[in-house]
Amino acid sequence: MAELVDKISELSGQNLDACYQCGKCSGGCPSVAQMDMLPNQVIRLLQIGLPELALQCNTIWICASCYMCTVRCPRGIDLSKIMEALRQVNLRENLDYMKIKEIKEEDIFILPQIALVANFRKQTA
Amino acid sequence: MKVLYYPGCTLKTSAKNFEDSAVASLKVLGVDLVELERWNCCGTVYSLASDDLMHKVAPIRNLIRVKEQSNGDDRVVTLCSMCYNTLKQANEFFKEDEESRDKINNFMDREIDYNGDVEVLHLLTLLKEEIGFDNIGKKVKNKLSNLKVASYYGCLLLRPQNSAIDNAENPTILEDLFTSLGIDTVDFPYKNECCGSYNTVNAVDLVVERTYKIINSARSFGANIIATSCPLCQFNLDRRQKDVKDKYYDFEEMPVVYFTQIMGRAFNVKRKSLGFDLNYIDPVPLLQENF
Repeated sequence: MAELVDKISELSGQNLDACYQCGKCSGGCPSVAQMDMLPNQVIRLLQIGLPELALQCNTIWICASCYMCTVRCPRGIDLSKIMEALRQVNLRENLDYMKIKEIKEEDIFILPQIALVANFRKQTA
Repeated sequence: MKVLYYPGCTLKTSAKNFEDSAVASLKVLGVDLVELERWNCCGTVYSLASDDLMHKVAPIRNLIRVKEQSNGDDRVVTLCSMCYNTLKQANEFFKEDEESRDKINNFMDREIDYNGDVEVLHLLTLLKEEIGFDNIGKKVKNKLSNLKVASYYGCLLLRPQNSAIDNAENPTILEDLFTSLGIDTVDFPYKNECCGSYNTVNAVDLVVERTYKIINSARSFGANIIATSCPLCQFNLDRRQKDVKDKYYDFEEMPVVYFTQIMGRAFNVKRKSLGFDLNYIDPVPLLQENF
């Protein structure tokens, strides 16, 4: 598991041990209500060597890289990059999170391209 | 003044009113937005994984187009917040990471070598720094006195730090613009929070919750219209009000427009160029004076 944590650290370019669990990221995250794991808890899982649990939570998919946590972290950790690394580890196993069938039929005609392109970029392999 | 302009995909379709209203308003200010030739998709989101160089190619290719067409004035203006952010972050990356820059330049062997020297500007920065809000105020023909505008910045104009056009926690550039147009503004705490972004594709309820909170907050501070600069924020805050209404029966709708639509209306630009038919909640009754 240590290898997987190293990989996440490398892909994100972040020092995971720098986090002292103050929770400021989770306090400012606008989508935290929908997450099954708080952003600081995701980092905690990586710190204590349980990366497989971090890879399974919905937090990493709900995070839309708005960078609120990134600009507020007192330890200078770029959480957006950690979330991206966790998504990438999943996607590189060829696992799509987003299923095209999930798009509502009436939405197909009205969704702006940037919504579709961004979603496919972030959530499909 | 002529400035190169990168539209991006959505400004040609569902946000056509953003492009049209910007071009028409800038004409009033003596600025010609010249569309970049042979532009391609910017990639919409900036790739954050450290080993992902491939997805930097698309934004950089656009900046190479700028170099080719700029006649020495190496600047490009964007309107869409997502395009702005992607192009800007890719450009900053190119300035800093020499090794990756060489790799990407070698990969694009038919393109000229690029080293990050194009300036990526958002239209708001151009308005503030080149034209000046005072000069913009002089062009006002319509006093839109019944508007109470809540400015919604969203994420990508303000974050991350290397691509911020204003203070990330308390931005005022949109409010300053509206003030110069003689329009009342209201401050509200959700102005720099994410709207849910592309989750609108497969997690509609998340966006519905965000929209409900953002619009109700703006209303509680006295706003009757929301102005934004991002076609995805605009879609989520405007079009998703239908889904909000389905979930919360007491919800009151509020029009959500691009800041250029309000500016164009203040300049008395032709109604056709403002494209209010593309807005889901009709803003026209609020802007009606002499319309």
